[in-house]
Amino acid sequence: MSDDNKETAGSAEPREGGTPGRVIGTPSPARDKALLAEEEYPAPAGAGEQLDEASAKRAERIVAAFFLLAFAGSVAFIAYYIGWSGRDGGMHGVTRARESNFWLGGMMALSFLALAAGVTIWVRRLMTSKPIVQERHELAADAETRAAFAADFVQGAEDSGITKRPLLRRTLLLAAAPLGLAPLVLLRDLGPLPEKRLRHTFWGEAVKKAQAEGKKGVRLVVDGTNKPLRVADFSSPGGMITVLPEGLEEDVPEEQALTQTAKAVTILINIPEDEFKPAKGRENWHVNGIVAYSKICTHVGCPAALYEQTTHHILCPCHQSTFDATDAAKVVFGPAARPLPQLPLAVEDGYLVATSDYHEPIGPSFWERG
Amino acid sequence: MSDATAQPPKAVEGALGFIDERLGSTTFFKRNVKKVFPDHWSFMLGEIALYSFIILLLTGTFLTLWFKPSMVEVVYDGSYTKLNGVQMSEAYASTLHITFDVRGGLLMRQIHHWAAILFMASILAHMLRVFFTGAYRKPRELNWLIGIGMFTLGMLEGLFGYSLPDDLLSGTGLRITQGVAESIPLVGTYIYMFLFGGEFPGTEIIPRLYMLHILLIPGLILGMVTAHMMIMWHQKHTAMPTQKQTEEQVYGYPFYPVFMAKTGAYFLFTFGVLALMGAFVQINPIWLFGPYDPGAISAGSQPDWYMGVLEGALRIMPNWEVTAWGHTVSFNVLIPALVPLGILFGGAAAWPFVEAWVTGDRRLHHVNTRPRNAPVRTATGMAAVTFYGLLWLAGANDVIADKFHLSLFATTWFFRVAIFVGTFLAFVITKRICLGLQRKDADTISHGVESGVILMSPDGRYSERHEPARAEESTVILSKENARPEAPSRDANGIPAPDTKGPLGHLRSRLARAWTFDDIPIEPHDGGHGHDEVEAGKEPKQLSH
Repeated sequence: MSDDNKETAGSAEPREGGTPGRVIGTPSPARDKALLAEEEYPAPAGAGEQLDEASAKRAERIVAAFFLLAFAGSVAFIAYYIGWSGRDGGMHGVTRARESNFWLGGMMALSFLALAAGVTIWVRRLMTSKPIVQERHELAADAETRAAFAADFVQGAEDSGITKRPLLRRTLLLAAAPLGLAPLVLLRDLGPLPEKRLRHTFWGEAVKKAQAEGKKGVRLVVDGTNKPLRVADFSSPGGMITVLPEGLEEDVPEEQALTQTAKAVTILINIPEDEFKPAKGRENWHVNGIVAYSKICTHVGCPAALYEQTTHHILCPCHQSTFDATDAAKVVFGPAARPLPQLPLAVEDGYLVATSDYHEPIGPSFWERG
Repeated sequence: MSDATAQPPKAVEGALGFIDERLGSTTFFKRNVKKVFPDHWSFMLGEIALYSFIILLLTGTFLTLWFKPSMVEVVYDGSYTKLNGVQMSEAYASTLHITFDVRGGLLMRQIHHWAAILFMASILAHMLRVFFTGAYRKPRELNWLIGIGMFTLGMLEGLFGYSLPDDLLSGTGLRITQGVAESIPLVGTYIYMFLFGGEFPGTEIIPRLYMLHILLIPGLILGMVTAHMMIMWHQKHTAMPTQKQTEEQVYGYPFYPVFMAKTGAYFLFTFGVLALMGAFVQINPIWLFGPYDPGAISAGSQPDWYMGVLEGALRIMPNWEVTAWGHTVSFNVLIPALVPLGILFGGAAAWPFVEAWVTGDRRLHHVNTRPRNAPVRTATGMAAVTFYGLLWLAGANDVIADKFHLSLFATTWFFRVAIFVGTFLAFVITKRICLGLQRKDADTISHGVESGVILMSPDGRYSERHEPARAEESTVILSKENARPEAPSRDANGIPAPDTKGPLGHLRSRLARAWTFDDIPIEPHDGGHGHDEVEAGKEPKQLSH
């Protein structure tokens, strides 16, 4: 840049002495500010040491205004809480919860944000600290210190005798090993062993009880109403409802009810008979196209609760495993690997009954499932 | 300002004296009171995580005062009249009580939930900052590992936390957790039984998750936060390359009073914004979902965002399952549950050490790298971001299909393909962009910056004058470390170099070559060679600018 062509037309002043004058029609140098700004390293946010007293006074007043706003916010928060939120017997229900949420939250936010804004302006416009430089120090210790420590360490080990008394060392290790296992043993009572629990559901128990009374099977009751279901009540094709075995509500201890429901919950679908393809060996498991499948998805156990009438697809809304209801709940799409297990149905006195438990474990796969 | 004889007020002097005489603390205070904190906007991301954590502790403590971690069934009779007479667990009933009967309860619940979401988001953003600028390099690998540990624990903490209210959505999340646990080969059913104290849902899981959520995991995270902060304090901040930020020194404002006030204000901003969201942006309205019923579900069930990646992986996995010799292995559950996060977290944890091994760089680094100057690292990071992001989006494929009127199955197939293709493309494209930026930097140094000044030479040719980049800009650009010439794999006597022997050595030298082979060297300006050329009008193409 030593020889700026001063003689050329339209040229700017030499480089030395500042930014070149702008030539009309050229881009403004301001656009490239990052590259063409003044030489000096731009100071980070924050004022320098010298404050213009007038502007400092102004800044102080602005900061104070924010602090007062924060004060007002906190006071309003407390005032609302004590004075207003408790009216007519306190906060109960949706409307008052919403009101209290808006007031308390709004005042809290106002108070914090105003305080934060005030402090920020204070830092940026009133603090006179200057940026400083600090040296970084070597993190590692010098060789001498390391050597001295190593010597101390070896010396200590020797003094303790652990290096030259192997019997001591080995028995100590032997003593320590089971100590580490002991806490794990303590965790055994966290839960029962799996045993055969995952292989049967409450349908099995209920069917056994019904058959002991000389019946064909256990009645299906509608989830929610607990009413037994007649074939005639579920005769229109395309319907889908959730059913449970009769007696789950009464015969199961209360704390077990959800757990048993989680396994026994079943969907009942009425498929037009001409579209229904009974699986081999299950020809008599349906009642005029009424078929029952486990509602628990064989992927990871969400309820496969969506049923599309036109395609007869059962869809699990969690991960979109899709099963074909007309074809033994075969997997049509998605991550599930196995069909939904099917429950054998029959009719007794006009009511739908299940004649046995599921023939395979319901729900997600597991190692011992086979 | 710094008057050596200045005395603090009596009260402060007294307190300081009291502690000093017992702990000798003044030495520590003196050394740290003016500790320098370099300024860069991206350094605030970690602070958001820290402050969200503090807010989580505060709001969480409030919630424990009323929450009952019990699965005993009760019949609700309370202020939320729509659920009167409904059977539900005490956990759900007490959450309704906090929401509708405790003043500020809903606010605290919502701030707590938003803070959890912000906590995880800011950790992730912070980790990306650290990764892309190379701030994890020696000596800071330990803090990098602690950070990965905190993010992993944060996922569990969040999952357990939003499971506690025992509403329909959270119960569905637990059901999926149970299904995944059950699928683990050999020990899956035992883990399942021991975790739930019997079969799902049982009556044990909520009290157990409560203990983990309010005691064990936050305790661990608190310990890790403390270690993270102490290590950061001891090692000093990294800094982006500037004239005043070097390997030998750090430049910035002192801790007291500037950084202290700024960071205090930042805590208040974080709390203020979260309070604003807690007040005006509804989150997790559990009263609309109803109590958990294992036979019920609603469409569009979504976990909190940080679990979305697992959800997406579960959704797009093909249904592979193997049954042999009387045992079942569910790859359709195991692979999505373990592999994607295994690759991401395992890869992130190993990365600093692998990079040091490949590049042979064992030096300390306090000045960060601009992402463009480490193209392989940046491209790998972007590939990971894409991989994660696509899996995350796949976790909402039903919502995407619904909102954009697409076939649900088509979205699944799209993501099945895109996680491979997209990840690869992200790598290639990012690397190209980095190299392009390197070329631009090289051009800025060797050729100068366009001044916007058009010169006409005596023979009538026009050219634009280029100016050398300003000192600060050149410092930033020249912070790039050019690829060192590759050491010959065999020396003059035909002896192979020590780190190129054996299959591992071969792999290492190949990777080292891949790391730098297309590096664009940037050398300090040597006296305006290119600059003269332009002035002489030898590069008329410059006119087109």
